[in-house]
Amino acid sequence: MLIAILAIAALAVVMGVLLGYSALRFRVEGDPVADQIEAVLPQTQCAQCGYPGCRPYAEAVAKDDEAINKCVPGGEAVMLALADLLGRDPGEAGGIVEKPKCVAVIDDNECIGCTLCLQACPVDAIMGAAKQLHGIIASECTGCELCLKPCPVECIHMRPIETTVRTWKWPFPASQPARPTETLPQAKAA
Amino acid sequence: MQATQPRFKSRQLWQFHGGIHVPDQKAVSNAGKVQPTPCPKILILPLQQHIGAPANPVVKVGDRVLKGQVIAEPRGYVCAPVHASSSGTVIAIEDRPVPHPSGLSAPCVVIETDGQEAWVDLPEPLTDYESLDPAVLRERIRACGVVGMGGASFPTSVKLNPGKDHQIHTLVVNGAECEPYITCDDLLMRERSGDVLQGIRILLHLLGARQCLIGIEDNKPEAIESMRLARAESDIRDRVEIVVIPTLYPSGGEKQLIKVLTGREVPSHGIPAQIGVVCQNVGTTAAVADAVLRGRPLIERYVTVTGRGVAKPCNLNVRVGTPAADLIAQCGGLRRNLRKLVCGGPMMGFEIDNQAIPITKAANCLLALTPAESPDPGPALPCIRCGRCADACPASLLPQQLYWYARAKDLDRVQDYNLFDCIECGCCAHVCPSHIPLVQYYRYAKTESWAREQEKKKADHAKARHAAKLERQERQERERQAKLRSRKEAAKEKPATQGQAAHVVDDPKKAAIEAARQRAAAKKAALAEEGVIPKNTEDLAAAQQQQVAAAQARRRAAGLREPEAKAGPEARDTDQTHQPPQTKATGPKAETASEEQA
Repeated sequence: MLIAILAIAALAVVMGVLLGYSALRFRVEGDPVADQIEAVLPQTQCAQCGYPGCRPYAEAVAKDDEAINKCVPGGEAVMLALADLLGRDPGEAGGIVEKPKCVAVIDDNECIGCTLCLQACPVDAIMGAAKQLHGIIASECTGCELCLKPCPVECIHMRPIETTVRTWKWPFPASQPARPTETLPQAKAA
Repeated sequence: MQATQPRFKSRQLWQFHGGIHVPDQKAVSNAGKVQPTPCPKILILPLQQHIGAPANPVVKVGDRVLKGQVIAEPRGYVCAPVHASSSGTVIAIEDRPVPHPSGLSAPCVVIETDGQEAWVDLPEPLTDYESLDPAVLRERIRACGVVGMGGASFPTSVKLNPGKDHQIHTLVVNGAECEPYITCDDLLMRERSGDVLQGIRILLHLLGARQCLIGIEDNKPEAIESMRLARAESDIRDRVEIVVIPTLYPSGGEKQLIKVLTGREVPSHGIPAQIGVVCQNVGTTAAVADAVLRGRPLIERYVTVTGRGVAKPCNLNVRVGTPAADLIAQCGGLRRNLRKLVCGGPMMGFEIDNQAIPITKAANCLLALTPAESPDPGPALPCIRCGRCADACPASLLPQQLYWYARAKDLDRVQDYNLFDCIECGCCAHVCPSHIPLVQYYRYAKTESWAREQEKKKADHAKARHAAKLERQERQERERQAKLRSRKEAAKEKPATQGQAAHVVDDPKKAAIEAARQRAAAKKAALAEEGVIPKNTEDLAAAQQQQVAAAQARRRAAGLREPEAKAGPEARDTDQTHQPPQTKATGPKAETASEEQA
């Protein structure tokens, strides 16, 4: 009896030390799940998810089980990718509102050169100096809309990116054959 | 002829996987000769008629252009220039509908023709090309805007430059024209077989290839006959072989034709140059001959206008840029019972709904189909996993798997099944008993994959820029803090170092003043120690003493206090009141001093 208790206790101590040691020895720096989530996100830093950027949202999804359908610029593709990555049901949080991709444009006649939008832009896509007309580098703009609010004269507008022959995509076929799984129950019922 | 026949038959042919037999429908349009077309009133020349970057327009609205003049120059290596296909005036450079499955518009140069067909000065013919460097020939082919005319329109000069690590032994010339209805290559081989052979001669020299195999499907006996005659007349007949291949769609596919003729397979994601083969369309070889031997740019091509939806199907020699409507009008217009108008063949072409689109270098066929020719397949039914698509696939893919993953939008898995080896020939969809538009799924998955790749690149770029901005802000904040700290420290140190700092003043004048001040202060301090209040009224002249006395009398009269009654700090005032007479005597500064006094 005593031997058994001692043996189990000794075993527990050895295991405990081993676990404690390996927790220190093999500790993973950072948050690998958040890193993977961040790699999926479109990096517009738009804060439309309610977090101040892509990284904070990725951390919230990783740690606090935040909903995966909050990334507006990423749309359905990012939601599906996150569902795949995290093993969650893509339909759990409902659909996602997709917006057409846009770039910001500054109205040359209205801009007063206040530099407020320069500070707001997360990717430095706005050029300008105090009391000089500002301009947006369209190729760098991620369409995050963060520059709209700070503008005191509301001279920044979002312009949808037009589809050209070079960026056009073949549409997903419209006529969808019914899924075999959908037809099976009917067949059974009949 | 009879003597040479057995030699061709002796050549062993291989077979590619799959393929389908479809009614070839060549007889609809291959009866007559190629007809010339009148010069259209308007020419619409898209700036991008090739794979690669769009060309850069070098003419302005209002410019007069001559036939064969360069109107757009290539931008980048994988690009081709665009030439005016008739003389006239540029009336617009704007977006116009172009032959593209999207039906979208793209930048075009629009020329109003003057009917004069005035040619520009063409470059010198390079008749002695065998003594020229291949690079010179490639440059000529590039300058003449030659692109692959089989449909993909890849710039020919790029394809003819396989690089030093690929030794080309065989040139394969594609005269298979496997797609139903299309007969323009058939007619080209009948009418321009000499040019095709000349082009082959140039290409053999350019590539340094040993032999040339011309693959022609056996449903084109006239073309085969004509090419054999041309070969017999040519001086390269020992290196050129005309190979008659069985009619099987899609034997005209580049990889499929190479397999049939040589038995070798182009590696997945690879190019034929990796196995020492370059494949060119017969139309391209004729265009190469035009470019090198005549200096003529690619401004015309043969186009088949066919299908039972058009009154008089035939082949036309068309100026690039001619609107499709002009061609249809020349062929007697469309019939009432038209179901759809297709650009390209029935298997790989795309439907067009705008007849204003121009004919480009790549457009080989306009097809007007009646409901009888192209019945509506009806709604797609569920896949029954019959596997016929896999049997038919000439690229040895698994169309079912591709379909499932494309449908689930699982773009990673669909690429695992080699989506990008799919040549979109349409065999799988043609044999599918459930009428599933399989090719459309693959095209969707391909374009979506490219778009995702672009987005991913953009996201990485944005992430880097965001990180750079955060880093910059942090650095600026650090610098600001450091500045603030150093200022604070400087303020603290100032009182202690003030005296020393005075010594280091480099202005000698200031230094002298400072020294004088210090001397005065030391004197004052010494006097104060002795308890003596400095008084400078002791040794005055008699006249001055009288003046002082008089002033004091005036003060008393005015009821002011005695200056001597003052003490402490006010003593200085007293001193000053006595200064004027003294300073008057000391020099030129007296005036300002007395003014101050006043």
